Amino acid sequence: MKKRRISKKEVEHIAWLARIELSEEEKDLFSKQFDDILRFFEKIDEVDTERVPPTYHVLDLVNVYREDEVSPSLPIEETLKSAPKRERRFLKAPRIV
Amino acid sequence: MSKTRGLTAKEIVRDIRSKEMSAEERVASIFERIHKVEDEVHAFVTLLEDEALEKAREIDEKVLKGKTLGKLAGVPIAVKDVICTKGIRTTCSSHMLESFIPPYDATVIERIKREDAVIIGKTNMDEFAMGSTTETSYFGPTHNPWDLSRVPGGSSGGSGAAIAADETVLAFGSDTGGSIRCPASYCSTVGIKPTYGLVSRFGLIAYANSLEQIGPMAKNVYDCALLLSLIAGYDFRDSTSVRMPLRDYTSSLKNNVEGFKIGVPKEFFGEGTSEAVRKLVWKAIHKLQELGGTYEETSLPSLEYALPTYYIIAMSEASSNLARYDGLRYGYRIDRDEADWSTVYSKNRRIGFGAEVRRRVILGTYALSAGYYNKYYLKALKIRTLIRRDFEAAFQKFDVVVGPTMPIPPFKIGEKIEDPLALYMCDIDTVPVNLAGLPAISIPCGFTEGLPIGMQIMAPPFHEDVMLRVAYTFERNTSCKDRKPPLK
Amino acid sequence: MAMPKVKIGLEIHCQLTSLKSKLFCRCSSDYRGKDPNSLVCPVCFGVPGALPVLNRRAVECAVMTALALNAKISDRMFFFRKNYYYPDMPKNFQISQYDRAGGVPLAVDGYLHMEVDGKQKKIRISRVHLEEDPGRLIHLGPIDQSPYTLVDYNRAGITLLEIVTEPDLDSPKEARILLQRLRSMLEHLEVFDGSLEGAMRCDANISLAGGTRVEVKNISSFKEVERALTFEIIRQKDLLEKGLAVERETRHWDETRRITITLRTKEEEHDYRYFPEPDLVPIVITEDLIREVKARMPELPEARMQRFTATYGLPRYDSGVLVGDKALADFFERCVKLYNKPKEISNWMMSDLLRYLHENDLELSESKITPEHLVEMIKLIDEGVISGKIAKQVLPEIVVTGRRPWQIVELKGLMKIASREVLEKTVDKVFSKNPKAVEDALIDEKAVHFLVGQVMKETKGKADPELANQVIRERLQSIKQKGSPR
Repeated sequence: MKKRRISKKEVEHIAWLARIELSEEEKDLFSKQFDDILRFFEKIDEVDTERVPPTYHVLDLVNVYREDEVSPSLPIEETLKSAPKRERRFLKAPRIV
Repeated sequence: MSKTRGLTAKEIVRDIRSKEMSAEERVASIFERIHKVEDEVHAFVTLLEDEALEKAREIDEKVLKGKTLGKLAGVPIAVKDVICTKGIRTTCSSHMLESFIPPYDATVIERIKREDAVIIGKTNMDEFAMGSTTETSYFGPTHNPWDLSRVPGGSSGGSGAAIAADETVLAFGSDTGGSIRCPASYCSTVGIKPTYGLVSRFGLIAYANSLEQIGPMAKNVYDCALLLSLIAGYDFRDSTSVRMPLRDYTSSLKNNVEGFKIGVPKEFFGEGTSEAVRKLVWKAIHKLQELGGTYEETSLPSLEYALPTYYIIAMSEASSNLARYDGLRYGYRIDRDEADWSTVYSKNRRIGFGAEVRRRVILGTYALSAGYYNKYYLKALKIRTLIRRDFEAAFQKFDVVVGPTMPIPPFKIGEKIEDPLALYMCDIDTVPVNLAGLPAISIPCGFTEGLPIGMQIMAPPFHEDVMLRVAYTFERNTSCKDRKPPLK
Repeated sequence: MAMPKVKIGLEIHCQLTSLKSKLFCRCSSDYRGKDPNSLVCPVCFGVPGALPVLNRRAVECAVMTALALNAKISDRMFFFRKNYYYPDMPKNFQISQYDRAGGVPLAVDGYLHMEVDGKQKKIRISRVHLEEDPGRLIHLGPIDQSPYTLVDYNRAGITLLEIVTEPDLDSPKEARILLQRLRSMLEHLEVFDGSLEGAMRCDANISLAGGTRVEVKNISSFKEVERALTFEIIRQKDLLEKGLAVERETRHWDETRRITITLRTKEEEHDYRYFPEPDLVPIVITEDLIREVKARMPELPEARMQRFTATYGLPRYDSGVLVGDKALADFFERCVKLYNKPKEISNWMMSDLLRYLHENDLELSESKITPEHLVEMIKLIDEGVISGKIAKQVLPEIVVTGRRPWQIVELKGLMKIASREVLEKTVDKVFSKNPKAVEDALIDEKAVHFLVGQVMKETKGKADPELANQVIRERLQSIKQKGSPR
């Protein structure tokens, strides 16, 4: 069997980095799919880009600003309307540790 | 109800102004159509019948009182569910945003509301715009009106299908790697991906922000050009929006391509291209020659690497753009919170996101992670430069560049969904455009065994008028647009 | 074990409090004391589809600061995304700047001079950049014991200037001095008001004897920096003495319990996956902009200090103390404008006023004293209405009540007694109460002082000491002449 580019353990690691939980079956499935996809990605190794600058933006725009002016914020009812969990006017998150 | 079928935006605007028909009648008949076919097509996630009729009545009032009407007065428009509409749920066809109600309108929505367009609903899509078939939608796939067992294309499949099925007259899509052009091709409609920076992205829920644009979809080139004119232009809320003088693209629609030089890169006819596609697109190119243009085969060698380049960049940006979905401020949140923040967050995303989204976010995270950033992301950005250069060189010689929109005709629902890589391969002809930030249009150019095939026309940045002219000329001199899908 | 060699570097976050709106959106930046989540918009709340737009003034203020820090300003800077997940981050990434992977921050390689124990020391600044502040988390009790977390995003999106030093600081005290120096400078530049709660926070990197580097986060003020680092040195020393290793980690400073704690976060936390922010375009910092900013730059502390010494004849040390707190320096100059007695004014400010403020943990801005008050009080002394000693009582009253000195003097009857008649009567009284002293005073100078003291006591400090002295000597003289005490 061909050596996997990305082991199940590595899949676990990057799934944790991405903060997405995966089931055991998914880890197996993704490990195989990632293998194919990464091989497909590696096609780019064929290209010589030694002296090529990266394109960070396709546009040549620079210095886009706004003035330091204040506009009204969202009304609080709007802001909190969609919040799944709240306590008084705070949003409620799970504990940190 | 024959009032509905076949009318274009141009005709509706004309008829409403001349009081030939009322906006309410128009909108009511659209909904009649929707109720008839929607069970089979499933183009919509949310229908806005009451709101639309209300708006239509307001327009009729305006007509009665002789007030100034907007340029889209009474025209029904469907909005891809990736664009924020204030007070109306915007789901991205995802469980994560199933009940998300944006507190603001996207800029494009503000602009069409000002022109009195009537928003009739939010259309189905691939989840978070990640896909080319609309099969990854949390709400189930959309079916191609030309053959209900087949995919309508994606990710703006709902919009494409709705137009083909006469469930709407105009639609918005978004295009990151072909998501407007692909469904346009598969549903035999017209779809434009504008030059990057032409149309404001404020309110477009981000998948890959350096690649995507909102664009118009319609039955014909004129309607597309009309809608494009009304949404293009500088928006101070989008730092990547370009200041250009406002243009009326409909005025560039002349039935004439005399002297136009057309480039045909061989990379667009690679080995994955089906015979039927090859034949029909070449037939279209020859037609353009007949009409006065000249074509020449050429090569853009860097296009060979466009597909992996696109996916690396798109997935990397997506992994960051989707990090905000943590269920704190909006969106799906699991009920039980007993663990720590990181763990809850991970569980939440497992349930909220479908498999394709999870795959792309994880891979994107990998591509940006320490040790891999140079190998994948940075390298991809460099190849992006090469692709831009190749196109720039081509546009020195040619006015437009053409090729097929999709390498194969629409395939059966479920046929490729188990094989992500096979699906990615379908984007081979569309992604180079997003990488180079160019404008492109897909127009119907024929049918194979009843299935639509589309041709893609690309132009230099901010030269939408050139590509529209070529598209319009082709359309006026062929009859693809007159064919109707075999729906009831 | 002797005090091991300590190396400290600081990562200081200063809010640019002079900006009216946030860094990337138009929400008001005046968030203190407002209802939670009432100053947010789709951009700073992380709503899908919203996009950032850069505040021009933030760039100008940042350039001005970089110039004051003698840093090299990049001619083209980019914003990057720093990706990490935390409930105070509305997008779960922070728009910031980076100096690797193609990133270019606002400025690099600057320095700052500060005075430590009378000697000048140069602290190198490795970089200066702009970024957005996250929201605020509220825990129930200490962070590692809270059952859940409450989040307020009003602060999310506020403009932060991050200033990173090289590990040139050798002690917690130096860290504190650096922060104070930086505060003074930023206030003089008028980009920042250090008296606002939370306006300056920092993280510290500390290593002992060339060992492992520990990061300490969540330090909110000068006092806390000294405390936190002192604690950390002790903790690490302890471990080393026991032969245990100091772990390379990030620790959280708990202000209430006054300890640093590990948050047990995984190593992966530090992979921020930086990449250029696609929603923002590069910023070109032109020569014109720099020139413009330079022209508008207010007087810097060093220059001001020299001017104080040169123009007002103040000793260097005094100039330094005044300029160290912009509010004090401004107050001083306004006083001098009203009454040209810089030395006196400076003396009163440096001794009694500052002492009172420090003892009561007050900022000058929190007190009620104005330059007009101080000047009036000094005039009262100069005109002989009150004595210096009495003034020392009056000053705190002014600070607390804001009443005019003249009012306080009148109300409390603190006028100097300079009337001969009254004094003569008092002296007579004192003489009759202290016959032995009077006898002594005829021959011993010291007893004369004693008698003067008694007169001051009798008049509750209000007597004019010179006149009292004079009257006493006159009386003594007349006794001598008469040959016997009465």
